[in-house]
Amino acid sequence: MQVPAPFEYERATSVDHAISLLERLGGTARLIAGGHSLLPMMKLRLANFDYLIDINDLHGELGYVEAGPDEVRIGALTRHRELLESPVLAAAFPIFADAERVIADPVVRNRGTLGGSLCQADPSEDLSAVCTTLDARCVIRGPGGAERVVSMEDFHVGPYETAVADDEILVEIRLPVRPGCGSAYAKVERRAGDWAVVSAGAAVWLDGGAIVDARVGLAAVGPNTTGIPAISAALRGQEPSESLYEQAGAIAADSCDPVTDQRGSADYKRHLAAELTRRTLRRAVERARS
Amino acid sequence: MTTVHERVDTFHDNDQKPVGYGRMLRKEDPRFLRGRGRYVDDVQLPGMLHLAILRSPVAHARIVSIDTSAAEASPGVKAVVTGAMLAQQNLAWMPTLSNDVQAVLATDKVRFQGQEVAFVVAEDRYAARDALELIDVEYDVLDPVIDARRALESDAPLIRDDLDGKTNNHCFDWETGDEAATEAVFARADVVVSQDLVYPRVHPAPMETCGAVADYDAVDGKLRLWSTTQAPHAHRTLYAIVAGLPEHKIQVISPDIGGGFGNKVPIYPGYVCAIVASIVTGKPVKWMEDRSENLISTGFARDYIMRGEIAATRDGRILGIRTNVLADHGAFNGTAAPVKYPAGFFGVFTGSYDIEAAYCKMTAVYTNKAPGGVAYACSFRITEAVYLVERIVDCLADELGMDPAELRLKNFIQPEQFPYTTKTGWVYDSGNYEPTMRLAMEMAGYDELRREQAEKRARGELMGIGIAFFTEAVGAGPRKDMDILGLGMADGCELRVHPTGKAVVRLSVQSQGQGHETTFAQIVAEEIGIPPADIEVLHGDTDNTPFGLGTYGSRSTPVSGAAAALVARKVRDKARIIASGMLEVSVADLEWERGAFHVAGDPGRSVTIQDIALRAHGAGDLPEGIEGGLEAQICYNPSNLTYPHGAYICVVDIDPGTAQVTVRRFIAVDDCGTRINPMIIEGQVHGGLTDGVGMALMEMIAFDEDGNCLGASLMDYLIPTSLEVPDWETGFTVTPSPHHPIGAKGVGESATVGSPPAIVNAVIDALKPFGVRHADMPLTPSRVWDAMRGQARPPI
Repeated sequence: MQVPAPFEYERATSVDHAISLLERLGGTARLIAGGHSLLPMMKLRLANFDYLIDINDLHGELGYVEAGPDEVRIGALTRHRELLESPVLAAAFPIFADAERVIADPVVRNRGTLGGSLCQADPSEDLSAVCTTLDARCVIRGPGGAERVVSMEDFHVGPYETAVADDEILVEIRLPVRPGCGSAYAKVERRAGDWAVVSAGAAVWLDGGAIVDARVGLAAVGPNTTGIPAISAALRGQEPSESLYEQAGAIAADSCDPVTDQRGSADYKRHLAAELTRRTLRRAVERARS
Repeated sequence: MTTVHERVDTFHDNDQKPVGYGRMLRKEDPRFLRGRGRYVDDVQLPGMLHLAILRSPVAHARIVSIDTSAAEASPGVKAVVTGAMLAQQNLAWMPTLSNDVQAVLATDKVRFQGQEVAFVVAEDRYAARDALELIDVEYDVLDPVIDARRALESDAPLIRDDLDGKTNNHCFDWETGDEAATEAVFARADVVVSQDLVYPRVHPAPMETCGAVADYDAVDGKLRLWSTTQAPHAHRTLYAIVAGLPEHKIQVISPDIGGGFGNKVPIYPGYVCAIVASIVTGKPVKWMEDRSENLISTGFARDYIMRGEIAATRDGRILGIRTNVLADHGAFNGTAAPVKYPAGFFGVFTGSYDIEAAYCKMTAVYTNKAPGGVAYACSFRITEAVYLVERIVDCLADELGMDPAELRLKNFIQPEQFPYTTKTGWVYDSGNYEPTMRLAMEMAGYDELRREQAEKRARGELMGIGIAFFTEAVGAGPRKDMDILGLGMADGCELRVHPTGKAVVRLSVQSQGQGHETTFAQIVAEEIGIPPADIEVLHGDTDNTPFGLGTYGSRSTPVSGAAAALVARKVRDKARIIASGMLEVSVADLEWERGAFHVAGDPGRSVTIQDIALRAHGAGDLPEGIEGGLEAQICYNPSNLTYPHGAYICVVDIDPGTAQVTVRRFIAVDDCGTRINPMIIEGQVHGGLTDGVGMALMEMIAFDEDGNCLGASLMDYLIPTSLEVPDWETGFTVTPSPHHPIGAKGVGESATVGSPPAIVNAVIDALKPFGVRHADMPLTPSRVWDAMRGQARPPI
C-alpha cells in the first residue's frame, strides 16, 4: 500500500465555503473532486498538500448539463458518467461521448469530474482536448462571488498549471452552440484506460455544403492540449473533401510538438496527429450532414 | 497413446461423478468470492509494528554516509536500521538462489535503483513511511552499466567490487549442444537463416505484492514468519542457514497468496529485515511492499538478447539450430533455477523438431538493474527458448516461401521416437504432435483464414495468422540432477484418513491461485474413493506439512501430484489388508472398485473405505502385523521431467493508419497428459494467454540511460485487461506421461510460454506486405509503425 504524507481534510458545504477555505489556506490546500489523478500523485508523494478540501458534496450545486439557446452550460462537478450519458450532449456535441468511452474505466468515470480533469491540466487529458475543440469558456469564481470567464487557451498556462488562482474555483464550462455542427473524437492508446499516445477532437460547422468554421484540438503532443488555428483558417469556406482532410492532417502534424517517450516516438505521434485529424474531421462532417 | 478430443469436452461435473477427475467448482473459491481469503497483509498480531524500507534513488553510487538521527526522533518510530548495523551481526549480505550473494541492506555501494538501504520500524505504516524521508543518505554517484552489450567493455564501471578478485561484470558462461556437429550441418545446409531477437525484461506483477509478518518469541526462541512465498519449506531451511536460527524453531506460514508467477520464489531483503526487526524490537513486525517497490526491486524475468540461427534443406527439412545469448542478470544473480542449470531449461530451444545438431553459447553479465533472472511463469527460461525457436522457424518459413504450419508438420518429432533425446540432452517423455497441430488448425479454420487474409491483403487490409508449437519441460526435478542450494527437488505428501472416513492430505507445495485445494482432493479421491468434498488439503505451513520445494515451474502436479496419488495408493494398500480381515478372505480375493473392496465374484460382500477407516481406528483385531490408523507419508522423487506440448494459433488485425494491433482470435490446444480438473486447466490457460498478450504487445521494464526504472507503477508498466483479449478458444489432446503415476504433466505455464511467439508471428505475418521479417516485443502501436516503415528497432 502506497501511503501519502500527512494532510488535513475538510468537506466543503457550499461553493462559497470552499472559496473561504481556499482564501484562508492558500497554496497549501487543494480541492479534491473525483480524486483519481490527485490521490495517486499524493500516494506516490509527487504531490504533497497540507489540506484537502473535498467538494463532492457540492454536486447538487455544480453537477448539471443545461442547454440554452446559445450555449450548453456544464457544471464543473459533473461526472464523466453523466457526460457520457447526457442526452443534451449526445444531441449537440457527440464528441463528448466519443471521448468519454475511452477515458479510463467505469469506476473512474463514476467519480471523475469535468472540472477536475481540466484543472489537473495534464497534457494528455481527453476532456481538455474536447473543450479546446469546442471553444469552451471556463467560468472561475473567487472571493466574494466574483466570476471571470476565460478561454481554454488562457485557462491552461502550462503542464499541470491553470489560470485558476489559489483562492478560486472552476465552477462552469460554457460551450457555444452554433447551427450545422458535427463533432468527433479519436484516441490511440496502448491499452484500454491508458493515457493517450495521441488523441484528436474535431468540430465543424456547415452551412449548405461549405465549412463555416472548423476546430481541431489535440492531446499528448505538446505541453498542453492544443487548438490549431491554422486548420480553422484552412478549412473555413471550403467544401469538405478527402484532400482537405489531408491538408488539415498535414497542418496538425506540423503544428504539434510531441516528445519521444514510453508511449511512442515523436515521429509516430506526429503521424497520429495527422491520421486522427483526418479521421475525426471526416466523422465530424458526416455527423454535421446527418 | 494420444486421444484427440472435441473442442469442448462435455460438462460432467462431480455431482454426477462423485469422486475423482472431472470438472468441479473450486473448493477454495467460496472464501475468495466472499472476501474471506486470508493474506499476509490480513495478519494482525497484538503489538505489531510496521516496517518501511528506504531505497536507493540512483542506479550506482557509493554510500558516503547515512544519518538516521532525525528519523529516530520521528513520532512513533521504534528503530532505524542500516546496512552497517546488519554487518555487525554478519547479516548485511545473504546468499541468492544461484550461489551469488545479495545485499540485505547496502553497506558499501548501491547497485540498482530501488536497492534496500535502510529500514524504519514504527507504530504504523504511515509513521514508518514518513520517517524514511528523514533519513539523510549521502551518495557518491557512479556511472552505471545499463546496456548489457557494454557490460564487458574494458572501461565499463565495475559493479561487483564486493566479490574477491572481481575485475569485470562477467556473471557466467554456459554452453550446451555440440558446436562442431552444428557447424558441420550449417556448412552443408541449403538455407541458413539468422535473426537477432530480444526478449525484453518483464515483471510478474502479481496482484498481491510481497510482504511478511515476523514474530520472534525471545522466550521460547521460536520465529513464526507469515510470508508471501511459493516455497515455504525451502525458505525455512535458508533462513536457518542465513540467520543461524535452529530450523525446528522456524515456522514459515504462507497463507493465501495473491498470485506468484515466480515473483515469490526468492527470499527478498524485506523478509530478512522483518525478521531482524522482530528480533531487535521483541514485537511482531509487518512489512508489505507497495506496488512501486514490487515493480522496481523484486524478481524480473527474461532480458535475453539472442541471435537465432536455423539451417535447413531447400525443401524444408530443419537440420540444425544455433543460438548465442547475452543474458542480463541485474546487479546480483538471483536466478531461481536448479543449481546445475544457470540458464534454467533454456536447453530445450530445439523445440518440437527432430533435428541433427544444436548448439547454444550464453554469456551472462551484471548490470545496474534489479537482480534476478527469476522464473516468471516460464518453466525456468523455456519461455525464452520457445520464443527463439518458434520465431526463427517462422523466419525460415518466410525464407523458403513455405506455409509455417506445413514447415512445422514436416519437422515434428514422430510419436514412435519417444522417449526422444534431444541434441542438447533432454529426454522428452511422450508426445504426439501432429494430432494436436491438426486439431488447432481445424478449430481455427486455418485454410479459410488464409483465404480471408489473401482477400484482405488485396484490399490493403492487414491481417495476420501466427502459429506457435511448443514443448515444455516441467516438474523439476530428479534429485540426481536437480537441487536448489543443495536441497533436492522432491516433494513429500501425507494422507490421514479419519475414523469417519474423512481425510486430510498435507502437501509440500503451495498454491498461489492454481486451485490445489481442489486438484489434490480430486487426485486423492480418484485413488481411494473418498469424495473431494470430504478431503481437506493443507499446505503452506512448515510445521504442519511435509518437506518439499514448493510451487513454481509448473511442478505441483508433476511432482506433488504424483506424491498425492502414490500416498493414496499406499493407504489403499493398507486398507486392502484391513478389508481382508473384515471380509475374512485373503487379500488376493479382493477387488477394488473406487471407494470399496468386494470379494471377487461376490460383489454383495464389500466394505467401503469409510468402513475400513472406522475399523482401522476402532475396537477389534486387525490383521496380523497391521498397526492401527489409516495414514501414510511418502517423498516422491520424479524420474524425469514431464513434457507437455501445445499448438497455438493467433489471428490479429492491424489498423494500417494507427498501427494498433487487435488480437481477434486465439486458439489454444494443450496436451498436458491426464486432465484432473479441465476447468482449472482452462483457467490456467486463459491466464497464461492473457499474460502472453501483455508481453507481446505492451509489457516491458525499461530503463533510461541513468538506470532509472521507467516501469515503476502500473500507469507505466502496462498489463492487459479483458478489453485487450479475445474470447479464448481452447481444445486439448491427451498424451499421458509414461513415468508419472497418473500420467499427468504440468500445465501452469504452457500458455505463457506458447502464446508470445504465436502473437508476434501473427503480427509479423500481417506486416508481410511491408517486407517485415521480424520486430521485437513489445509490439506497441509506435513500434509496429516503425516496422511498417522498415525501421524496426530492438527495444533495448
